[in-house]
Amino acid sequence: MIHQYQNNGYNIVLDVNSGSVHVVDQIAYDVIACLEEQNPLHTVETLEAAETRNLLTARLPEYPAEELLEVLDTIRELTDAGQLFTPDVYENYIEEVKQRKTVVKALCLHIAHDCNLACKYCFAEEGEYHGRRALMSYEVGKKALDFLVAQSGSRKNLEVDFFGGEPLMNWQVVKDLVAYGRELEKQYEKHFRFTLTTNGVLLNEEVQEFVNREMDNVVLSLDGRKEVNDRMRPFRNGKGSYDLIVPKFQKLAESRNQQKYYIRGTFTKENLDFSKDVQHFVDLGFRQISIEPVVGEETDPYAIQMQDLPQIFQEYDKLAKTMIAYEKAGKGFQFFHFMLDLEGGPCVAKRLSGCGSGTEYLAVTPWGDLYPCHQFVGDEHFLMGNVETGIVRPEIAEEFRGCSVYSKEKCRKCFARFYCSGGCMANSYKFHHTIQDTYEVSCEMERKRVECAIMIKAALAE
Amino acid sequence: MKHIKTLNTQTLNHTVKKGGCGECQTSCQSACKTSCTVGNQTCEQKK
Repeated sequence: MIHQYQNNGYNIVLDVNSGSVHVVDQIAYDVIACLEEQNPLHTVETLEAAETRNLLTARLPEYPAEELLEVLDTIRELTDAGQLFTPDVYENYIEEVKQRKTVVKALCLHIAHDCNLACKYCFAEEGEYHGRRALMSYEVGKKALDFLVAQSGSRKNLEVDFFGGEPLMNWQVVKDLVAYGRELEKQYEKHFRFTLTTNGVLLNEEVQEFVNREMDNVVLSLDGRKEVNDRMRPFRNGKGSYDLIVPKFQKLAESRNQQKYYIRGTFTKENLDFSKDVQHFVDLGFRQISIEPVVGEETDPYAIQMQDLPQIFQEYDKLAKTMIAYEKAGKGFQFFHFMLDLEGGPCVAKRLSGCGSGTEYLAVTPWGDLYPCHQFVGDEHFLMGNVETGIVRPEIAEEFRGCSVYSKEKCRKCFARFYCSGGCMANSYKFHHTIQDTYEVSCEMERKRVECAIMIKAALAE
Repeated sequence: MKHIKTLNTQTLNHTVKKGGCGECQTSCQSACKTSCTVGNQTCEQKK
């Protein structure tokens, strides 16, 4: 499978199954399109066939025959090297990977089902997740970490994200659990990677010092420009949160040497010009940036709709060009959704087997209930068990285990399947009541982001 | 004249043999929590 597109003056050819990226001139671009149309499963042999040469000279008379054959020869060499027309040979392999005994390696600890902000788009309903306000006790947290260690087999690296609601509203328990985790590390030869997702309201010197010592990553929630942030992220009394939070986040990012954190915003229909919010973050001095599309019900006034996509695509294009300019000027910054490592990225197993929710990754509520991920919390249909009892409904884990890019018809045909792993199962469930589908608005944006990310690589390779 | 410039030398099928160890970060723990992005994750073996 080949995906080719033009962006920012570059002709880009992605050989989907090998991950090879080629920047080509116009004649090669046209030849590859012609060949793909003729036979998407071309091999060295079929490329050498007289029929193929004849097709090119007949279909592309605007180019000299000699030049067409020169291009064809290069294409044949790349095909021989496994960098073009590479077949998809991974389906059986992924089935085998999925059947391996999985271990639990990551927990999202809902340390507080409560929040001191009242963000309008919150999927957790201001932290309460369709339930009551609650803080996780140290005892429940300890059992969660014990459960993780017990379920992790020989996996060394274990991840625990302190999530909410707002985790700083239960800060002492966070600190106590980190200390407990460090004890478990020694006892069981594990390594905990703790992370924290916070709105920053309660961030202070003491929290900062602890976070910098103990947390591998910290996600700082802020939406961008003051008016954008304050419209969607007010306090419960309606007052905006920007002025209180921004200086704290700036200080924290600096104290971490602008590494191992993300300033993370959500864009909605109300700020489709979100490249300005990324720019705002850059102007504030942030270097690790993520701004992601809101996921809302179609009836929500802020929800992103299909008709918003053209503008969103323009914004991604604009942002990509800005990033290239900043990088070339030696002032580069990261945008989470444009990060792409063409040489050292994840393996095929990781790319095609799904996010791990329900099997490797679970969410734990304040009272110890286990769900496939944070987005399913509160939906009893997905309640898998408890940290006391362990998994009592393994059929849920099996349902999630059965999900991969090969179990979804739309993914099989999509060039971006190696970058999104089949998309978010919670989003699929939200819109289609099954985890085996995809959320098309999100897929469209993912495809655009992959195209932009590759184009950036092309531009920086010049 | 060179018609095709290839940006990467490593191909994905090379990762089949040693891949799937699972030591890498869970994608949703990194920043997103609302989408699924794996293409930008780092391989633990290549660190």
